[in-house]
Amino acid sequence: MTENDKIIEEVTQSDYKYGFVTNIEQEFALKGLTEDTVRFISAKKGEPEWMLEWRIKGYKAWLKMEQPHWQNVSFPNIDFQSIIYYAATKKKKKVNSLDDIDPEILATYKKLGIPIQEQKVLAGVAVDYVMDSESVITTFRESLKEKGIIFCSISEAVKDYPDLVRQYLGSVVPQRDNYYAALNSAVFSDGSFVYIPKGVRCPMELSTYFRINAENTGQFERTLIIADEGSYVSYLEGCTAPMRDENQLHAAVVELVTHDNAEIKYSTVQNWYPGDKNGKGGIYNFVTKRGLCKGVNSKISWTQVETGSAITWKYPSCILKGDNSIGEFYSVAVTNNYQQADTGTKMIHIGKNTRSRIVSKGISAGKSQNSYRGLVQIHRTADNAYNSSQCDSLLIGDRCGAHTFPYLEIKNNSGKVEHEATTSKIGEDLLFYCNQRGLSNEEAVSMIINGYCKEVFQHLPMEFAVEATKLLAISLEGSVG
Amino acid sequence: MLSIKNLNVAINGQQILKDFNLEIKTGEVHAIMGPNGTGKSTLASTLAGKEAYEVLSGEVIFKGKDLLEMSPDERAREGVFLAFQYPVEIPGVTVTNFMKAAINAKRRHFGLDPMDAKDFLKLMRQKMELVEIKKEMMSRSLNEGFSGGEKKRNEIFQMAMLEPSLCILDETDSGLDIDALRIVANGINKLRSPERSFLVITHYQRLLNYIVPDVVHVMFGGKIVKSGGKELALELEEKGYDWIKDEVAAEA
Repeated sequence: MTENDKIIEEVTQSDYKYGFVTNIEQEFALKGLTEDTVRFISAKKGEPEWMLEWRIKGYKAWLKMEQPHWQNVSFPNIDFQSIIYYAATKKKKKVNSLDDIDPEILATYKKLGIPIQEQKVLAGVAVDYVMDSESVITTFRESLKEKGIIFCSISEAVKDYPDLVRQYLGSVVPQRDNYYAALNSAVFSDGSFVYIPKGVRCPMELSTYFRINAENTGQFERTLIIADEGSYVSYLEGCTAPMRDENQLHAAVVELVTHDNAEIKYSTVQNWYPGDKNGKGGIYNFVTKRGLCKGVNSKISWTQVETGSAITWKYPSCILKGDNSIGEFYSVAVTNNYQQADTGTKMIHIGKNTRSRIVSKGISAGKSQNSYRGLVQIHRTADNAYNSSQCDSLLIGDRCGAHTFPYLEIKNNSGKVEHEATTSKIGEDLLFYCNQRGLSNEEAVSMIINGYCKEVFQHLPMEFAVEATKLLAISLEGSVG
Repeated sequence: MLSIKNLNVAINGQQILKDFNLEIKTGEVHAIMGPNGTGKSTLASTLAGKEAYEVLSGEVIFKGKDLLEMSPDERAREGVFLAFQYPVEIPGVTVTNFMKAAINAKRRHFGLDPMDAKDFLKLMRQKMELVEIKKEMMSRSLNEGFSGGEKKRNEIFQMAMLEPSLCILDETDSGLDIDALRIVANGINKLRSPERSFLVITHYQRLLNYIVPDVVHVMFGGKIVKSGGKELALELEEKGYDWIKDEVAAEA
C-alpha cells in the first residue's frame, strides 16, 4: 500500500455517530407482505375506505412487477417476505403536547442533536418527526395554520384533508410507476403533508426528520407537498438509522406539485447508516422523488447531499409541464468504503420556454462506486427549452469508481442542451501543496471537498449548509491521513 | 538557520542528491544555480518533505531541530515555506479562505487562538500591497484561471502572509515577463530581514539582478561544486555552465 493509500484510508474511516437504538415499546405488523398486511396497516391508521382501496391497487400492481436490476449497483435479491412493514410505538393516547411523548423518544432526538421542544428548535424551522412508521409530532403547526398553511403527517392529512389528499396523492408518482413506488403505495406508513395556499410565502423552513429505529423493518414514508398559485415553500429532509448488520430497506415516495408562479425548494441531507467498513449492513435507499411544475412560471428545485446508505438509488426529477417553468437539481453524493450510489435526475420538458439546470458532484473514496445517471427529455411541444448539465466526479484514492450516464432525448429542434463533465482526483500534489502551507491532510481534504461542493451547498438553507459541511468532513474522515 | 550534512536523496530508486552539504545562516540569502536535471528542485522538495523523495542518509537541522523527523505540514508550521514552481489549483476555495486556514493552523501549532477577522483583513491588505495584487484576487478560487504571473505573485503573497523563517523559492522566475519579475523580486526584497533566510533556486541569472544574494552556489550532479559571491552568477551568465562541467570532470 502506498503512502497515499494509507492517508486515504485514515481520512475516510470514521465511525457513524447515529447508530444507537432506542428502547421503546413498539407494536409490529407480522413479517412479510400479503393483502392482509396492507389491510392491517390501513386499519391501524384508521383510514377511510378509499385510502385502503388505493393501497390495494398499489399492492396488486406491485405483485405483477419484478425487482429492477438495471442500475449500476449490485446487491442480492431482496426477500420482501422477511421485512416488517409496520412498526409504531404502543401509545395509549393521542399526542397533544410534548408531555405526551415517550421520554425515550425525546431523548433519542436530543441525542441526534435535533431537539423537539419548539423553543429550542432553530428559529424558523418547523419539524415533523417520523420514527419508523409513524409521525411523532409536528411542531409549529398552529402558527402555520393561521396563514392557511397545512403541515402535518400524511396519516392525519388522510383524515383531516381527504379532498386534497385524494386529488394529489399519486398524481405525480402513480402506484404503478415503478416497483418500489408500487410497494410504497401499498404499505406507506407515514411522512409529511404540506399545502401552501394561494399567494402565501411560507414564513419558515418546513422540515421532516426521518429515523429508522426498529429491527428488520422497512421504512416507507410518503411525502406530498402542494404549492398553490403564487406560493413559496422551502422544505428540508434529514435522516439517520441505527447500525445493524443486516440491510434495511427504505423505499419512500415524494411528490411535489407547483401551480402557476409557485415555487418549491426541496433540500435533503441523507445520512442513513452506510454499513460498516467491510460493507456489512446499511440502508438500501430506493426512493422515488418527483416534482410536477404544473403551472406556468413555476419552479421546483431539488438540492441533495447524500452521504449515507449502503446503496443510494434515486433520481429526484422535474416534469416541466407549465410554460416557462424551471427545474433545478443540485447534488453532492459521497460514497466511501463499500457504499454504492446510482443517483441523478430526470428533467422532462413539456411546456414552452422551460429551463432546467443540473449540477451533480460525486465524491468517491474507499472501494465505493458512484454513478451519475441523468435524463434530459425535450418533448415536441417544448419550444425553446434549455438545459445545462454539469457532472463532476472527484476521486479520493485509486480503488473507487466514478461513472456518468447522461441520456438525452430531444424531439424539438429549438431546444438547447449543454453538457459538461469533469473527473478529478485528490492527488499527492494537491495534498502536498496544502501540507506545505501548514494544513494537515484532514484539514486539506475537508477544505478541498468543501470547495468542490460549494456550488451545491450555496443552494442549501444556512443551517443545513453548515450541517452538510460537517457531515461531509465526518463521512470522509480517515480517507486521507 | 539551516544546516544540511551529507544528504543523499533518491526518487523512484534513482539517487539525485549525492552527499549534499549546505549551511545557511540566519538573515542570509543563498542562490543555487545550475543546469537542468542536477537536483535543484529535488533539494527544494526534500526540504519541504514531499513523500516521493526518499532520504537515504544525511541530516538536516532547521533552527536546531531535526527537519527530517517532521511531517510536511509540521515543517511548514515551524517556518519552512516553499514557493512552488507549479502552484496547484483548488476550485471553490478562495485565496482568503485558504490563507485563513493556513494562518490559523500555524497559530494553533503555537498555542494561539485563531486570528481575529479584523486583524486578518488588515494583514491581508498590508501584504497585498507588497506584491501589488488586487483585492478581487482574494475572492477568486486559489490559482484557478490565474495567469503564470498571477500564480507566482500569489505564492509570494502567501509567503508574506505566513512570515516564515526559511523561504525556498523554486524557479520562481520561470515563465515571468520582465514586469512580473520586477514585482515578484520587489516583494521578496521587502521580506528580507535579519531573522529570515532565503534559498533562491534559479536557472537564470536575471532574477539575481533584483534579488542580490549573499552567496551563490553552483549545483551539478547532485551536489554543490562551486560557491562564491554574487559575481559568480554573472560569470555563469557570461560563460554558461560548460566550464563548470569541465572543471568537475578535471577534478575527477
